[in-house]
Parts: sequence; structure tokens; C-alpha cells
Amino acid sequence: MNSLIVISILAIVVLYLGLYKAKNALLPVTIIGLIGALVLAIMEWNSGATAIFSGMMLFDNFAVAFSGLTIVSTILILLLSKTYFDKISSNVAEYYTIILFALTGIIVMVSYHNLTMLFVGLEIMSVSLYILAGIKKRDFASNEAALKYFLMGAFSTGFLLFGIALIYGSSHSFDLSVIAQYVIDRPTGIDPMFYVGIALMMVGMCFKIGAAPFHFWTPDVYEGSPTLITAFMSTVVKTAGFAAFLRLFAICFAPLAEFWMPALLIITVITLFVGNITALYQTNFKRMLAFSSISHAGYMLFAIVALGTTSVNAVFVYASAYSLASIIAFAVLIMVKEQTGGENFDNFNGLGKRNPFLAFVLTVAMLSLAGIPLTAGFVGKFFMFSTALQQYHIWLIILAIVNAIIGIFYYFKVIVAMYFKDAERKELSTSGYYTFVLGVSAVFSILLGVYPSIITDLF
Amino acid sequence: MDNITSTIQVVPLNHYILLSAIIFSIGVIGVLIRRNAIIIFMCVELMLNAVNLLLVAFSAYSGDASGQVFVFFVMALAAAEVAVGLAIIVMVYRNTSSIDINVLNRLKW
Repeated sequence: MNSLIVISILAIVVLYLGLYKAKNALLPVTIIGLIGALVLAIMEWNSGATAIFSGMMLFDNFAVAFSGLTIVSTILILLLSKTYFDKISSNVAEYYTIILFALTGIIVMVSYHNLTMLFVGLEIMSVSLYILAGIKKRDFASNEAALKYFLMGAFSTGFLLFGIALIYGSSHSFDLSVIAQYVIDRPTGIDPMFYVGIALMMVGMCFKIGAAPFHFWTPDVYEGSPTLITAFMSTVVKTAGFAAFLRLFAICFAPLAEFWMPALLIITVITLFVGNITALYQTNFKRMLAFSSISHAGYMLFAIVALGTTSVNAVFVYASAYSLASIIAFAVLIMVKEQTGGENFDNFNGLGKRNPFLAFVLTVAMLSLAGIPLTAGFVGKFFMFSTALQQYHIWLIILAIVNAIIGIFYYFKVIVAMYFKDAERKELSTSGYYTFVLGVSAVFSILLGVYPSIITDLF
Repeated sequence: MDNITSTIQVVPLNHYILLSAIIFSIGVIGVLIRRNAIIIFMCVELMLNAVNLLLVAFSAYSGDASGQVFVFFVMALAAAEVAVGLAIIVMVYRNTSSIDINVLNRLKW
């Protein structure tokens, strides 16, 4: 709760810093504020939280863990923004503010205990992101990304809201515990409206997390947006979407699993194949990462398909591993694009010679995304697969392993480009902030792979 | 207030659900087949207003005010979305002199 208040106030403080032209103070104040919010969030761990504000929000361990993860990812991404925003515009305070507002929405999204708060949090986050996607006002791709994201986002919100309305109509409440009680009280004879409501909410959430067949906006938006914003979207926002999805289904709809599970199972399989097979054909690294984020959404859906006691843990571990690896990949992409002006695989040629450090951390990130042992990605996949195996989804696991193998192929394309192809280019130097973020992310990616018990025993 | 509630209850609940579903579907179809960004945007608003109507009807029938409060949240956030959305459309128009979404095809696989 306190971390939410701190971040909201911090956003306004940063806006005032922009007003008084205190440009150099922006980043330090934001980072210090976020670290404060992180500490406040962690202090609420295991404090036996009860629902506050008439049952609107509940800061349980689930909320604390996902708030912590999103705040840490945001700190890492903001550290990369030191020089990035200056190239877009001279008024950078607004960008920090909007990112912080998006983070406020995300924290509401992971800690809601009432469908009203789910909607409000989702909208605070989405409206901020529509703006962020379009901050390069003169760039056509950025415009297109903003408009597509906006239209698709508003469209999907409509589905989510219609689902909420139908669920309200049958259970007469927006409160998650009342809805859960409604489901438990009626083993048979639940209003058909309620089932339609579940289906529509599922469609709305699948739009937000970018699961096929509702993924078509993802590649365009991720490619068109400024790279730093794409990094934010594909890590923090995706984590929040999954947390909200999981919270809703774990608390409310778990007893009705035989209704929604088959549909979600099909969505998962389609997502895995669409994401991985389309990623194979990409020549643009950023677009490849967009499709890989679709396929990772598929892996994360396992936890909801096989909803059980280990689901929360599995999503948390997977989201941590995926966020760390993605931050590295996008940070390296920003540097390579600055030097070579392109985002294709060819632009990575010879990076192993030009800057061995960058090439090494990117290799770690790619191995982690591909799920090679001794990286965090492997632990994430292991937890996801074992969650699914507990419910005997053997075929799902087999299809997932096929997809993991396809994944290795396109992740290794960039490693091959870096180490085995040559290009006549100048040395590439990394600035201090980038070295720090890349180093920390790479170290944690390996550390979580070797000692997974650091975060796997949280829940 | 009682007066309004009883007035709403003159029409059976199923009729409200059907009407909302029809308006919502018109909105969805509009988003899918129209090519003008402003009209797509209006269709999205149509979807949201179908939801508002439904929430108010449910709220009046179950005698629970929280549905009507939710409508206020929907309206406020829809207004915020309109502000941002129109700004984005203006930005696109300045660069392309068009609001037809078929112009937006630079990003393709």
C-alpha cells in the first residue's frame, strides 16, 4: 500500500522537477524514490494483510512479490534512459512521470481485490502506455504503433468490461471473495451469463498479454515503439498482465476449471506455435523479440492452464527470468542501433570482437530465453513444465518441448552473427549505466540458474 | 431514486441484456470493418456505453449501488482515453494527412 502512495507522489514530484528545469535531478530522484517504494513493499511481506478500502485492494504476498519484481525491472529500465530520452525531446520529465504513472497502474493491477480496481489499474497502465508508444512524434513507425496500440487496447477493454458486467449481473458483486463464494455455493446451476462473462474476460486478458489469436497488434507495436518503451512493455507490463490474469482466475474461477481450461489450453498451444514459427522468419532483431515475447506468453499461460498451488511460484520465477533476459536484449539492441543505425541480425555481426562484454551478456540473455540449463530461463521453464505435469498435461509438455527446440534455433542466430560473422566496424564502448544494468541482469540470470532456491521458495 | 429504479424495472431484465448485447455487437463489427480511425473510435465508445447500460440495469434490478458507481469509473476512464486517443489521431494526421488506418501499413511481417 505504502509503495503505491510513494510512487504516485513521486510521479508528481518528478513533473515539478521538470517544471523547474532541474533536469539532472530527474533520474536520481526517480531511482531513489523507486528504491524507497521497493523497500516499503518488501516490508509488507508476510504481514498478514487484510483487504483495505472496503475490500478494494489486498496487499498479500502475491501482490508484494509482483510489485517488487515490477519495481526492480522499472529501475533497471530507467537506468538505461540516461541519454536515451534526450535524443527524442528536450522535455524529458514527462516521460519519467508517465512511466511512473504506468507503474502505479501496474501495482493496482497486481494487488486488486475488486474488479473495479482491476479495471482502473489496467486503464491507468494502458493510457500511459498509449502515450509512451508515441513519444517519437515525428517518427512514422512510432505514430503507427501508438494508434494501433490505442485502438486495440480500447477494443480489448470493451470485452473485459462486458465480461465484468455479466459477472456482476449474476453474482451481484465486484468483490473477488464474494464472486468466489458465489461459485463455491453453486456446484450446479450457475447462471449461464456467468460463463459468458468468464469467456469475455478471458478474451480481454489474452489481448492484454498478447496471446494468440489476439496477438496481432504485438509485433507492430513492439517494433514501432521506441526501444526503451518496448523493453518496458515486454517485461513490466507483461508481468503485470499475467499477475492480474492469474489472480483473477486463481481466486474466483478455479472451481470452474473444466469450463475455461480447454479453451485456454488451445490458446496456449496456438500461442506457442504462432510465436515460435513466425519468429523463425524474422530478420529484424526487435521484431524477433516481439514474437519471442508472444511465445513466452504461451509458456507463462501453462501456470493458468494447470492452475494449482505452484502456479504463483511458477509465474513469478518465469517472469523474473524473462524480464532479466529481455532487459539485457533490449539494452544491447539500443547500443547496437546507436552505432550501426539498424536493428537487423546483420547489425550484430562481429560484436564478439568489437565489444566482448556486450556479446557475452547478450549470449547469456539468449541462452536464458532459450531455456538452456544453468540460466534463469531454464529454471523458469522447469517450474512451468512441472506445474503442467502435476495435472497430467503430457501432450502440452511434448508440444512445448518441440517449441523450445524451435526457439533455440532463432535465439542462436544472433549468437552466430556476433561470434562467427565479421563486419568492418569501429569499437563499441559501453557507458557506466549500461555496464551496470547489463552486469547486474546477467549476474542474476546466471545466479538464479545455479541457485534457483533464492526465489523459488518464496511462496 | 426509488422512482427511477421502479421505472427501470418496468422493462424485463432480459430485454436490457439483449439490447446491450446488440449494441455491443454493433460496436465490435464497426471496429472490425470500418477503416476510419475516428469511426473505429466511436465504435469502441459504443461498446463501452453498451456495458454502462447493462451495469445500470443489473444495478437497478439487484438493488445494489456499486454497479452504478462502476459506471462512473467507466465514464471517467473513457474520457481519459478519449483525450489521449484524439491526441494520437491528431499526431498521425499531421504526419500523414489521413486518418484512414490503411495508411498505417509500414510495419508488416
